[in-house]
Amino acid sequence: MTTTDHVHDLGMPAADPISAAIAAGGDKQTELKAKDLKTDQEVRWCPGCGDYVILNAVQSFLPSLGIAREDMVIVSGIGCSSRFPYYMNTYGMHSIHGRAPAIATGLAAARPDLSVWVVTGDGDALSIGGNHLIHTLRRNVNLTILLFNNRIYGLTKGQYSPTSEVGKVTKSTPMGSLDHPFNPVSLALGADATFVGRAMDSDRKGLTEVLRQAAEHEGTALVEIYQNCNIFNDGAFDLLKDPATAAQWTIPLVHGEPLVFGPDGASCVVRDEYGGLRVAETNQVDPAEVVVHDAHRTDPSYAFALSRLSSQDLRYTAMGVFRAVQKPTYDRMMAEQLDDARAQQPADLDALLAGSDTWVVEA
Amino acid sequence: MTSTTPSTATAAGNGHGPAELAPSAPGGLVKSVVELDRVVIRLAGDSGDGMQLTGNRFTSETASFGNDLSTLPNFPAEIRAPTGTLPGVSSFQLHFADHDIMTPGDAPDVLVAMNPAALKANISDLPGGGLLIADSDEFTPRNLAKVGYTENPLEDGSLEGWQVVSVPLTSLTLDALADSGLGKKEAERSKNMFTLGLLSWMYHRPTEGTVRFLERQFRRKPEIAAANITAFRAGFNYGETTEAFAVSYEVKPAPMAPGRYRNISGNQALAFGLVAAGQRSGLPVFLGAYPITPASDILHELSKHKAFGVRTFQAEDEIAGIGAALGAAFGGALGVTTTSGPGISLKSETIGLAVMTELPLVVVDVQRGGPSTGLPTKTEQSDLLQAMFGRNGEAPLPVIAPRSPGDCFDAALEAARIALTYRTPVVLLSDGYLANGAEPWAIPDVDSLPDLRVDFATEPNGEDGTFLPYLRDPETLARAWAVPGTAGLQHRIGGLEKADKTGNISYDPANHDLMTRTRQAKIDGIAADIPATEVEDPDGDARVAVVGWGSTYGPIGAACRRIRRSGRSIAQIHLRHVNPMPADLGDVLRRYDRVVCPEMNMGQLALLLRAKYLVDVESHTQVRGLPFRAAELAAVLQGVIDSTTPTAAAVAAAPGGAR
Repeated sequence: MTTTDHVHDLGMPAADPISAAIAAGGDKQTELKAKDLKTDQEVRWCPGCGDYVILNAVQSFLPSLGIAREDMVIVSGIGCSSRFPYYMNTYGMHSIHGRAPAIATGLAAARPDLSVWVVTGDGDALSIGGNHLIHTLRRNVNLTILLFNNRIYGLTKGQYSPTSEVGKVTKSTPMGSLDHPFNPVSLALGADATFVGRAMDSDRKGLTEVLRQAAEHEGTALVEIYQNCNIFNDGAFDLLKDPATAAQWTIPLVHGEPLVFGPDGASCVVRDEYGGLRVAETNQVDPAEVVVHDAHRTDPSYAFALSRLSSQDLRYTAMGVFRAVQKPTYDRMMAEQLDDARAQQPADLDALLAGSDTWVVEA
Repeated sequence: MTSTTPSTATAAGNGHGPAELAPSAPGGLVKSVVELDRVVIRLAGDSGDGMQLTGNRFTSETASFGNDLSTLPNFPAEIRAPTGTLPGVSSFQLHFADHDIMTPGDAPDVLVAMNPAALKANISDLPGGGLLIADSDEFTPRNLAKVGYTENPLEDGSLEGWQVVSVPLTSLTLDALADSGLGKKEAERSKNMFTLGLLSWMYHRPTEGTVRFLERQFRRKPEIAAANITAFRAGFNYGETTEAFAVSYEVKPAPMAPGRYRNISGNQALAFGLVAAGQRSGLPVFLGAYPITPASDILHELSKHKAFGVRTFQAEDEIAGIGAALGAAFGGALGVTTTSGPGISLKSETIGLAVMTELPLVVVDVQRGGPSTGLPTKTEQSDLLQAMFGRNGEAPLPVIAPRSPGDCFDAALEAARIALTYRTPVVLLSDGYLANGAEPWAIPDVDSLPDLRVDFATEPNGEDGTFLPYLRDPETLARAWAVPGTAGLQHRIGGLEKADKTGNISYDPANHDLMTRTRQAKIDGIAADIPATEVEDPDGDARVAVVGWGSTYGPIGAACRRIRRSGRSIAQIHLRHVNPMPADLGDVLRRYDRVVCPEMNMGQLALLLRAKYLVDVESHTQVRGLPFRAAELAAVLQGVIDSTTPTAAAVAAAPGGAR
């Protein structure tokens, strides 16, 4: 994320009204505590909702970035998770269904000095807002997207979502859902996202680590957060949470480390004969064959292959940072074009309005 | 070949009694110059023939000569319909005069037809006796058959009601470019410039501008520039030397208010207005847009002006376009989105969010024929009610409409002024006719443009040091606008109903009632901040008023002039602020015995006026995708006036013809 080192880099004269207002607003406090980020609004998620855990993790983690809270903006769409901005003492906009990435894009492009965050859910980001999500990712605007995936529509009381497993019985699908779900990480990588990570709501340490890397990433970062909806889809991620099964089915991603997982490191990831990846038993393969995780590969197909190891039932789910590569950010390039244009020909409104072909009518 | 040589008084056939001037004798030919007070020329050809370019060049020549002018480009939605077919015909009509004119002309005096399809599609609009110039080379059996001609109309006598000049434009162009080194196909493409040269001779147009334009346009292809200039000059010389044209015409410059002028189209003026609004407010302009006819030219134009701090964002869809603009507005930018009717449909929900979050936003709708995809390249005024009401809930917003291409500049500034002052989305309703039409424009003095500076909140406004984002200015009812980055003023806004002052979520019944009424009062209150109704009634005794909005200003004004020339009185009222309307409008309308409202829709403004003022507004509507014809409108208005006078009262007992 952009930090305070290029505050107010609006490509405007120093005396522009936005910078002037910010300057008049007083000093920036960058040493924050978690409580500084809380608001006086009562948090209204259902008791036991995974969103509480994520809110706490975010509030605890954000102060470590050293960004003043007035320089942070959280934009959300519609859904349970999208109430997030109301509980954060930053600037925020709780917008409309699916459109948060578009709104955040405009804000981040117009104000590269801000740290812009999008909070969204699986229905918001992947169903009604799917188009904005993929285009935001390919554009690589400097913002961080937290996608809370609970695999259900919560706020509308329990319809299946675009990440629900096939055959899910809900109010709108009494005989089971028919459509195949998205894998959000695969989708993001297909859109050539420069940063893609995944974390579990209840895993404070893992979540914080992915958030930290996402926040430090320049460009669009997508973090999928598995989040339990204890009302409409309780236990959706138990396979990956239950100590009895978690290790077996979770592939932790650590850059530079071999992909060995499972109880006693019994499983590992190796290349398959088609150039993809597969899970193998560690004692059945040559240790040199075990893939060493590289989140910085320019080609997204390796990260994509990692995301395809898991299936709808969550077995072999990779958790951590899939991909983190550097590409020029849209907002920065846009600002550079403005600078280049000014360098070529300074703004002169009189000259613009007159154009090249004029005539004069004498009095 | 029925090659008739135009001569003497009926030459241009516009019935304005041209006076013959002293003949000149270049090259031994006796050529006379006829003075006209106005001419309407229509250039028609295949979409690939470059008729729009030719028309624009002729317009520029005419503008720099000092005539008043008005144009009507008319082209198909298909980029290249099959060559030589009726759907592929593209035309450009230009009206120029030695006096102030208001429309592109009801009917052409001169029709240039580059092929049989262009002839077939346009000849019925050319009044009897009008001049037809046709490219005889293109009237081949194959081309004739394509549009259903069994005989060549240039030869079979079917056009004898008109003055026909058949000119082999294509082969003359090829002859002129014989030494250019260009292939036949490439050389042929210069026939539009040959035609432009011929017309430039016929109407005494200055030619330097076109030569400069061609050099600039093809600076990377000097051989193409040279070929076009050669063809252009050859056309001019052909006019001077051929026996086919014995007469040329002079239309003297029109008296205009002193000042510096340029030619400008509506989309260009609108884009300039937005750039100027950015400069006058000091705010960076952020345009979020998705390409759509006929609004895309605004995106193109604004994209050229990055030096002014203008950011243009071509979004993935209409919704993202307005979403990004609103996000930028939250950040303190002057947010703008540009589209046409179908795009407004998609943007509706975000416009509602802008109403709820009370952020400034300029929403430009360059209207086109609807519903659905409708007539993308044709004009209509049918989005008024959509602009007014096309959102869920009570979501009032101001609506502004420019009246002419040049006026798009001022209307854009006014839209920005209201948006910034009142923290509201504003819909600016242009249309296809204004967007593509052009007229001379008095270049404004930048220092005379409105001051649009805004006051951002910089400190807490609540009693206990808190910031209340929905605390309002008592005068404008605008809420405080604090930009992210301002310490201590962090706040959250959104689409859920806001509690008064704090902006927190509120489901309280009394609060929702209060906020709904407050949002309405804020918009209604703008009426106190706009000029009173302007009535044009030079005779001062009109009993019938005609009320319009937007681009019908020209045709309605031209119709009113005709009415007044016939000795009748009529009052013209034209609305720039369609919502809210001027505070005195109801009283003004009630002064007249009858009020007629011509619109290029099914009566949308009439519906609003009737509902709001209980005035029996008579709607006159047309949805042909083209502007009203002044003569037709004048006939309608005359019918209303004549059935209103006491002497005609008995006759008028029968239902009026204007409904």
